[in-house]
Amino acid sequence: MKIIAFAEQRNNQFKKTAFEVVRAARTIADQLGAECNALVIGGNVSSIASQLGAYGASKVFVVDDAQLEYYSTTAYAKIVAEIARAESADMLFFPASAMGKDFAPRVAAKLDAGLAADCTALRVENGTVIATRPVYAGKAFVEVAVRSAIKLFTLRPNVFSAGTPAGSTAVVEKKESALGEADFGAVVKEIKIAGGKKDVAEADIIVSGGRGLKAPENFSMVEELAASLGAAVGASRAVVDAGWRPHDEQVGQTGKTVSPSLYIAVAISGAVQHLAGMSSSKYIVAINKDKDAPIFSIADYGIVGDAFEVVPTLTAELKKTLNR
Amino acid sequence: MKILVFVNHVPDTETKVKVGADGKTIDPAGINYMLSPYDEFAVEEGLKLREKFTGEAVVVSLGGEANKETLRKALAMGCDKAVLLKNASSHDSFAVARSLADFAKELSPDIILLGKQSIDYDNGQIGSLVAEMLGMPSISVVVKLEINDGAVVAEREIEGGHEIVHAKLPAVVMAQKGLNQPRYPSLKGIMDAKRKVIEERAVAPVASKIEVLTMRKPPAKNPGKIVGTDASAVPELVRLLHEEAKVI
Repeated sequence: MKIIAFAEQRNNQFKKTAFEVVRAARTIADQLGAECNALVIGGNVSSIASQLGAYGASKVFVVDDAQLEYYSTTAYAKIVAEIARAESADMLFFPASAMGKDFAPRVAAKLDAGLAADCTALRVENGTVIATRPVYAGKAFVEVAVRSAIKLFTLRPNVFSAGTPAGSTAVVEKKESALGEADFGAVVKEIKIAGGKKDVAEADIIVSGGRGLKAPENFSMVEELAASLGAAVGASRAVVDAGWRPHDEQVGQTGKTVSPSLYIAVAISGAVQHLAGMSSSKYIVAINKDKDAPIFSIADYGIVGDAFEVVPTLTAELKKTLNR
Repeated sequence: MKILVFVNHVPDTETKVKVGADGKTIDPAGINYMLSPYDEFAVEEGLKLREKFTGEAVVVSLGGEANKETLRKALAMGCDKAVLLKNASSHDSFAVARSLADFAKELSPDIILLGKQSIDYDNGQIGSLVAEMLGMPSISVVVKLEINDGAVVAEREIEGGHEIVHAKLPAVVMAQKGLNQPRYPSLKGIMDAKRKVIEERAVAPVASKIEVLTMRKPPAKNPGKIVGTDASAVPELVRLLHEEAKVI
């Protein structure tokens, strides 16, 4: 049996989720007695490929082609499907990142395969991989089995542990791409990165603000607290709909579903659709004036108090403690 | 321009999910349904394209009789035609995509629009699957869309930024919040929608590729600790985060 893990890189650097996906593939491969290999696609990525050995890949297939420096859903899907066929892979693992979510279903269609999307846990039962995935934005979870010859999984970033890298380096095997113009049906021409902004979907700590902050300018308080923790800034739907914050910060059912190790909710009451998106955070802190706010029902630690008073004090205390 | 919009009929965002008696799906009792929010952005974008290029906007939904409510909403917003692909509601992405792709093929649209994901099963696969099945390019999580002479330039959200993606029509575009501000149906739109006939077609079931074994609620959390009622509780909170939770 063979598993191939797609290791996502940007600018010739692996994303953290690449290591998580390779490690998860290794863990499952060990339980199934399977082979675990990885796959890297990009322009000038050969030099980084061997790093994946330290996370459990035996072999790393590399498709290194200047045309692939920028992501293309059609070209990436073609390459992965071709390699999966050529290597007789039984399972493919991807990150449930913006990239993985975008092209893994295309690979599934090419291989006539089922795809368990956005998995938060995997286990093996009687030789079958059982995946746990959230539905209704985390209001419930389903356990699923993939019923097709080749099985695909996308894994939610930040949930699976990459483990500690151990010394081994992987064998790197170059693969030819043989791509023509027709394979680039959709292609990225430019990437705009907001300067140093952390994304809530990838952050280990998130500080979110809600309507209780009263005005958009008061979000500076949330931003300062986030900066003291190296955290991403999140927002409730109410403040995004009011135009105070960009929608890419929205946490909840019509925003992002997140699972950081620490989630600090500032002046957020906790509507059902918000709680769904963040309740799987490992630790939740709520700061809210209203002791009956639903957010306290899922918070590990709460301060029933005025955010305008508590938050600046917390920022100062953290700066002192963490030396930032 | 021939515009095809896929919409799904889903429990509204205020729904508190209860697991049904079968232990695999939700208990439908007392649930209100809505046009899936991301699909609403897709409908709006379809209408804007029709206004710019003229043509026809056809809205399609796969499921049971209840989906007509969502189709009527899309008609009320301004879609020209609605089609219900009648099928016992399926949550299997591959099966749904296959039925939608078969229908789309017959219509040969210039563009297919849908939400980046349906907010029930959150699979987020339909658009990419359909595109691949039809041999079209696809762009997901789109927050900005421009089309000129069949050339598509779209901006899609990625972690911490945006990608500018180029493609050519026909293409599949998956809408993200921020793409537009969906219009409210006008009174005239609502009245017209009531009179329009929703075309119904029987769709043969497609085998699922994913088997749902169980559904459960997330483990209930014990109520946490109220550390204090003002800023004086801050040092204790920091200590707990540092020593007990070990997250900072």
